[in-house]
Amino acid sequence: MGRKLNVGKKAVEVGFNPDTKSKRVRASSRKNKRQQEPVLPKFLAGDEAETKKLSSHQKKRKKLALLKEAEKKAQKLAKQSNKKAKLVERQNQNKVNGRAKSKSKAEAEEEINGSASESDESFVEDDVNFKDDNADWLTPKKTGVQLHGSEDDEEMSEDEEMSGDEEGDDVSDAESEEEDEANLLPIERKAKKLRQKEVVDKQLAQEELDMNIKQTEVYKLPSGQDISRDSNLAPDLELLKQRIRDIMQVLGDFSSRRDSGTSRQSYVSQLRTDLCTYYGYNEFLMEKLMEIFPQDIIEFLEANEIDRPVTIRTNTLKTRRRDLAQALINRGMNLDPIGKWSKVGLVVYDTQVPIGATPEYLGGHYMIQGGSSFLPVMALAPQQHEKNLDMAAAPGGKTSYMAALMQNTGTIVANDKNKARLKAVIGNLHRMGITNSVITNSDGKDIIKYANNFDRVLLDAPCSGTGVISKDQSVKANKDEVDIAKCSQLQRQLLLTAIDCCDAKSSSGGYIVYSTCSILVIDYVLKKRAVKLVSTGLDFGKEGFSQYKYHRFHPSLKHTRRFYPHTHNLDGFFVAKLKKLANMEGAADERVTDEPMAAEPMETVDSEPVTETTKATTKAARKSKPSKSSPKKKQWNRLKKIEKMGRQKKLQSQETSGSTGNTSRKRKHLK
Amino acid sequence: MRPLTDEETKTFFEKLSHYIGENIKLLIDRPDGIYCFRYHKDRVYYCKETLMKFASNFGRDHLISFGTNFGKFTKTGKFRLHVTALDFLAPYAKFKVWLKSTAEQTFLYGHHVMKSGLGRITENTEQYQGVVVYSMSDVPLGFGVAAKSTAQCRTSDPMNIVIFHQADIGQYIREEDTLI
Repeated sequence: MGRKLNVGKKAVEVGFNPDTKSKRVRASSRKNKRQQEPVLPKFLAGDEAETKKLSSHQKKRKKLALLKEAEKKAQKLAKQSNKKAKLVERQNQNKVNGRAKSKSKAEAEEEINGSASESDESFVEDDVNFKDDNADWLTPKKTGVQLHGSEDDEEMSEDEEMSGDEEGDDVSDAESEEEDEANLLPIERKAKKLRQKEVVDKQLAQEELDMNIKQTEVYKLPSGQDISRDSNLAPDLELLKQRIRDIMQVLGDFSSRRDSGTSRQSYVSQLRTDLCTYYGYNEFLMEKLMEIFPQDIIEFLEANEIDRPVTIRTNTLKTRRRDLAQALINRGMNLDPIGKWSKVGLVVYDTQVPIGATPEYLGGHYMIQGGSSFLPVMALAPQQHEKNLDMAAAPGGKTSYMAALMQNTGTIVANDKNKARLKAVIGNLHRMGITNSVITNSDGKDIIKYANNFDRVLLDAPCSGTGVISKDQSVKANKDEVDIAKCSQLQRQLLLTAIDCCDAKSSSGGYIVYSTCSILVIDYVLKKRAVKLVSTGLDFGKEGFSQYKYHRFHPSLKHTRRFYPHTHNLDGFFVAKLKKLANMEGAADERVTDEPMAAEPMETVDSEPVTETTKATTKAARKSKPSKSSPKKKQWNRLKKIEKMGRQKKLQSQETSGSTGNTSRKRKHLK
Repeated sequence: MRPLTDEETKTFFEKLSHYIGENIKLLIDRPDGIYCFRYHKDRVYYCKETLMKFASNFGRDHLISFGTNFGKFTKTGKFRLHVTALDFLAPYAKFKVWLKSTAEQTFLYGHHVMKSGLGRITENTEQYQGVVVYSMSDVPLGFGVAAKSTAQCRTSDPMNIVIFHQADIGQYIREEDTLI
């Protein structure tokens, strides 16, 4: 229709210089903003063409009507052409050369012309319709608006409708469609048809898309050739990550998403090798980790890539947490209490001064200590005037916490095998103002030669370091089965020694806390000693395994606590608290005749490589256990208590006299 | 581990009295138990008697430290106080010096104290008197020797040294290996 334009328009155009056209367009957009109607975006121009076609078709059908309105149209045209002419004149005045741009300008010009011509036609149509069919619903006022307003508006609205259709207008349209059919303009009818078509298209496209998704959901493993080829190249991390994600998705709903013909094992092994490459672990370690975290392996591995927040522990011997926090905030640290579970911990978010060199640090007001190393001490809950042992003390964080809880009374033996690391212990304990410590350097296994009858023993066992991967990335690659086995062996020996060092007849204690930063299997069957697991007193953390793969452990293992980097944002950690029941060697169940308690079967701390025999014993233990255990335990404890009542009283009287004096003195020290 | 000999005791107490004067007897006669000084591998340790007895169970080679380390005897027989003794010097010190917060850091890095960094000083401090150094917020930072008496301090130049550095808590980091 644009082509068939009115003569008047063309006449106007003739007067143009191609040079000035460019200016004209710009001018129309800048200076004459109110007259913007003629400048149409290209896509609208395209639409126009369509609508024009329609209107031409309609024209034929409604020739008569057209003729009737010919006069009006002519008037309108005249008006518009006048406007254009003015515009052109104005632009002609601005003489600017823009030959390079002339082409695009010409296009713009065309658009403008097109829109103008269209406006003419639509006016015709509108007028026709108002008078004939739509008179009942189109108010005169509206017609006026339309007459004055340019066709641009109309087109815009139409266009909006078109685009709106895709989203959901079509629903309402469909409802009213049939009713309105008769009342609609021909353009609108066409538009409706278009809309319907679009809806159908969209549905089809969606179906196709769905189909595509379903097809990709069945993830195919790369062939052996692919892998061998890839292994020569540097791994493409993006690709690896994608593949890991895909495989995890498949494994998430294996039956429906699997590629038939590929076994779960091949999926898992591919996943394992990918994870090893992506995160840089060795195969053995990854296998173990995957067994422990079947679901959240990715989260665990990701958590290992991030550093844990720096935490500090207030030294309650020298200051209070509030005072310390205030002092540190004044030094430009940003910190917060560590959580509800600790009254002495602070988390440092960021700091302008080195945390380990403030006068407060040097003055022993706090200790930089991982949040996870609070936990074993809290579980141990050392009391005043006790004789306690820390079997693997370096660098003294836990020892100093113990001393703080004991308020510098009693005795703490801080032992470590490594003499070089003991220097840190000496420094830290002196800095923290701890006076009740004896620092020794001996193998943990020998310590029983020098001292036993400890009330409480803390064994923070040397471990595989798998819990602190974020601190020491080398663990990822250099731990293999032999290391873990050696570690386990050592831990078992140390734990046995720790139990031997402990005094079951202690009035207040008889507890052993065994903790390690390893999350790998480390806890072993303790069928040789009369101990039982008791609650750690930590109300968060995950319960220990009572079953692991095909192993079944003693149900009391649920008293132990596991902490993972990804769930608790602490270092990976395992804490178990044991109560020693008798000073004799041998498991509790071997002494059935000796003591009433013995009915309570041996408690096991365990995880991994359990031998067949141990499995048998634990199973047997479980069978015999359930109903009897708790009342018998209580009974036995009561007996024990009564037995010690006398001794305890004596002790207490001594201690109270000592302690009051001590605290007053201490206050004096601290001023 | 053994008790100090007479000569050692004399040297040691002389040194100690330099800082805390007659308050030494407060260290020994404590209401909360019997405390004692013990000699172990050139070092002098101060601890409760019960702790000492318990520590004597351990062999000479295995026992690293017990109670609080006060200092060591040099090969020439003099006694040198360690910063670890600060916890017991500070509460009993007779002469004290407070540092301005700007001078804290330099002292903790092992430097002497200038007049410009001096916040407060106990009246009647003699020249070469042992003093305990505090920060303005009363955190003990170390100890040293007064280079000038209080009167001299008043008139001296801001860049003059008024306290000679002997030990400071920065040594916990700087000299951790040689602390004991």
